[in-house]
Amino acid sequence: MKIRLLAGLLALGITAMGCGGATVDTSTSSAAPDAGASASGTTAGTVKIAINPWVGYEASANVVAYLLKNELGYEVELPEIKEQLAWEGFETGDVDVIIENWGHPDLKKQFIEEKKVAVEAGSTGNKGVIGWYIPKWMADEHPGITDWKNLNKYAELFETSESGDKGQLLFGDPSYVSNEAALINNLKLDYKIVTGGSEAALIKGAQQAQAQKKPLLFYFWDPHWLFSQTELVRVNLPPYTEGCDADPKKVACDYPEMDLDKIVSKRFADTGGKAYELIKNFTWTNEDQNAVADDMTNNGMTGEEAAKKWIEANPAKWQAWIPK
Amino acid sequence: MSSATAVGTPSSLGLPRWAATAGAAVVFAAAYLVFRDTATLPHSREAAAPFLAVTELREWIDDNRNDNPLFLYFLNYIRLFVGGLFDAFHTVLYALGWPGITGVMGALGWLAGGRWIAALAVGGVSAFGLLGLWESSVDTLALVAVAVLLSLAVGIPLGVWAGLSGRVRRALTPVLDVMQIMPTFAYLAPLALFFHIGAPAGAIATMIYAIPPAIRITALAVSGVSPTAVEASASLGATGRQTLFKVYLPLARSTMALAVNQTIMMALSMVVIANLISAPGLGGDIIRGLSRAQVGIMLPAGVAVVIMAVMLDRMTMALARRDAHATTSRLDLAGAGLLAVAGLALIPVLPRVWPENLAVNVVAQVNDAVRWAETNWYPVTTFIKDATTRVLLNPLESLLTSAPWWLVALAVLAAAWRVSGLRPALTALACLLAIALLGLWEHSMMTMSTVAVAVLATLAIGLLLGVAAARSPRFSAVQRPVLDAAQTMPAFVYLLPALALFGTTRFTAIFASVIFAVPPVVRLVEDGIRAVPATVVEAAASAGSTPRQLLWKVQLPMARRAILLAANQGIVMTLAMVVIGGLVGAGALGYDVVLGFSQRTDFGMGFVAGIATVLLGVMLDRITQGADRRSSPRKRKFT
Repeated sequence: MKIRLLAGLLALGITAMGCGGATVDTSTSSAAPDAGASASGTTAGTVKIAINPWVGYEASANVVAYLLKNELGYEVELPEIKEQLAWEGFETGDVDVIIENWGHPDLKKQFIEEKKVAVEAGSTGNKGVIGWYIPKWMADEHPGITDWKNLNKYAELFETSESGDKGQLLFGDPSYVSNEAALINNLKLDYKIVTGGSEAALIKGAQQAQAQKKPLLFYFWDPHWLFSQTELVRVNLPPYTEGCDADPKKVACDYPEMDLDKIVSKRFADTGGKAYELIKNFTWTNEDQNAVADDMTNNGMTGEEAAKKWIEANPAKWQAWIPK
Repeated sequence: MSSATAVGTPSSLGLPRWAATAGAAVVFAAAYLVFRDTATLPHSREAAAPFLAVTELREWIDDNRNDNPLFLYFLNYIRLFVGGLFDAFHTVLYALGWPGITGVMGALGWLAGGRWIAALAVGGVSAFGLLGLWESSVDTLALVAVAVLLSLAVGIPLGVWAGLSGRVRRALTPVLDVMQIMPTFAYLAPLALFFHIGAPAGAIATMIYAIPPAIRITALAVSGVSPTAVEASASLGATGRQTLFKVYLPLARSTMALAVNQTIMMALSMVVIANLISAPGLGGDIIRGLSRAQVGIMLPAGVAVVIMAVMLDRMTMALARRDAHATTSRLDLAGAGLLAVAGLALIPVLPRVWPENLAVNVVAQVNDAVRWAETNWYPVTTFIKDATTRVLLNPLESLLTSAPWWLVALAVLAAAWRVSGLRPALTALACLLAIALLGLWEHSMMTMSTVAVAVLATLAIGLLLGVAAARSPRFSAVQRPVLDAAQTMPAFVYLLPALALFGTTRFTAIFASVIFAVPPVVRLVEDGIRAVPATVVEAAASAGSTPRQLLWKVQLPMARRAILLAANQGIVMTLAMVVIGGLVGAGALGYDVVLGFSQRTDFGMGFVAGIATVLLGVMLDRITQGADRRSSPRKRKFT
């Protein structure tokens, strides 16, 4: 009996294979051998926007997704894929759009120029800059702390049980753009990177640091809603000059201000029709993004609700994006 | 390491051996003081050639994935086949929709173990919907189904072969041993390399991880078939094929149901982690929760994984426990049929996806509860975390990273030789040297210190609970079901309470690995003490021993082997968990692996870190092998 049951299970599996085989989803399994051969996106009308792990990105993605769904009638998938894996997703067909790309010249070279599986789709209008920050009270109490040359002098302040006898530099998600290891090494800073693992860990750390007057040095970025709620001061690393970050191991300068842009897969650019047009046209300000991100994080709204709220309040802005 | 030696050396052995150990310890301490900070191998991203070579290999493979014959004609086909299989399951499960899946699972449950199991299956499947995780759960179910099917398709024939031929068994055993001490993380990078990322790669990783019990238990079952039955069938003129299908397999089938059970359990614990290489399913929700530090997102997904595990476990266990000659009654058949038909008939009527308004959304409440705990328990949790980190972890870490490499190597050699003998000691030494060559010495030492602290805690708690259970049948009766439940849960789930209480730190990983590894340790200790012959205990008691003396002088020393085995298992499980702890701030090797998937330039380091965790696992295993006839990790669970 048991064997028969097992056989039944197996048979079920085999029939499953038999009748399901014909309807294999092309975009997920087409990956390696014949990537790009299938033309998904035209008739199905599904757009896959990768979600990178920070709320500003999600704000942009949700607003675009809302418009794609409700104005143009597309289906939208929002798979959570981290920055660099999302670029690989252009090749496997798992990703159509990266809505907010932070630089990544190496990936642009590889996936746009060499493999030709992705294309640029213009600026998002957001200006992005990464940096090291401290709560404002520290800048007030400790003169010169915002100059990187004095960081070693104050290293003791930043010690925690995780960093041992060095100062702690709190970092975010492992997938974020990062020169931290090289900076600490090349500027000979007496600091240790402690990875909080998420944007949430950074925000929580910053809020506690300001509210409870606890010392904290952390990695953060603008645009971000946090700046309107918690006073933060940026630490001045050696200023950025063109090309000073060319060799990732020799970086000894601050991050540049980046013009954040959109990247789409070649296939989507060719066959995405109106959806592609909308994404190409999408551009807004840091304030716009912060408003939506703030609603998502602090006002208990889902991405969709926050996007809806912004869209209802700013018709003039988004109507300019809708393709004729 | 030192904890393991201490455990392996019961007090009854007398002074001279203690003196030798103590003397060795003094020598090592002196050597450390003299040579500290010399011949250390600090971590450096640039210096280590193996990393760069692997990163370059990956770039090369990515560029040539569609031209190179090996990929074009072999690996890509495997990927396509597995991908097709997954899509097929996926399509069928989605076509069945929730009424169909509920009906079919209920029917299978009924056939396997009667109406209570059927009720469990129906309840379990509905719970996925109730938790608002219908689609992720179905994805996970499809992934598990593919992985288990493939594992069994490869594992059962291999197991039968190993069961029939001693030579094959001897060849396979060491491979399976290593596979079973390999931390889940170590499988991911090589598979991403050869099969790219996505569902197929995830299914293949899961399949490889889940295959050892399928092979092992099948071999055990087949070799356990009584020779007289085989003889009888041969003398009746049965062909080899007939003997296999008519004698071996039917006689071994109840044990083989256990193989299916164990394979499913292993697959479930891997399938979540496979999300790191972009496999779909519940793992996505758990990792999303991790990357946003929101326990509210993770908890429902964790609960869903546990429900799936319990459901599949009870179904397959019911199958294994059934009497070989029992037949399914008409009533049961009718019930199962009715359920299946009802489910299938409802497909067109009811929506395929669980209606959203019937789902219970607890994200906000759980997050609030966690926030409350964070704020209110903050002084206590922070104190525990900081105290452990400052008093134990940081000193140990600085000891291991500032000691010369040769001194650590000598210490490992001496400890392993003392506890396990020369051959395991040499293997342990070779593993350690290989780690040094790979360029991950410092990170390995950091991981080892975290493991050591976790093992210390695990053994202390495990011994305490194990001894308590062995002495009080009532306590044991209360504890058993808890242990059973704990052992059904996939490893990943243990990260949740740890994260909720302690945020992302190394201590979080220690806490998670302690609660992960304590149950088997408790069980082994309890069994070991209970196995001390009653006559011995009687004799000691009548000689006037107090219960305390009885425990320390008789029961614990006589249970030495079981305790050593407990230590061994505890260490292997702890390492596996500490490495996964890279996701919640444990740093070192586990974080290297995570980083390898997040940053392309660090892929090589992640890959090599995966190898280093395996070497570390083999090394720690060999150091604590001790007992001459050891059973391999997890074997206890199914023998």
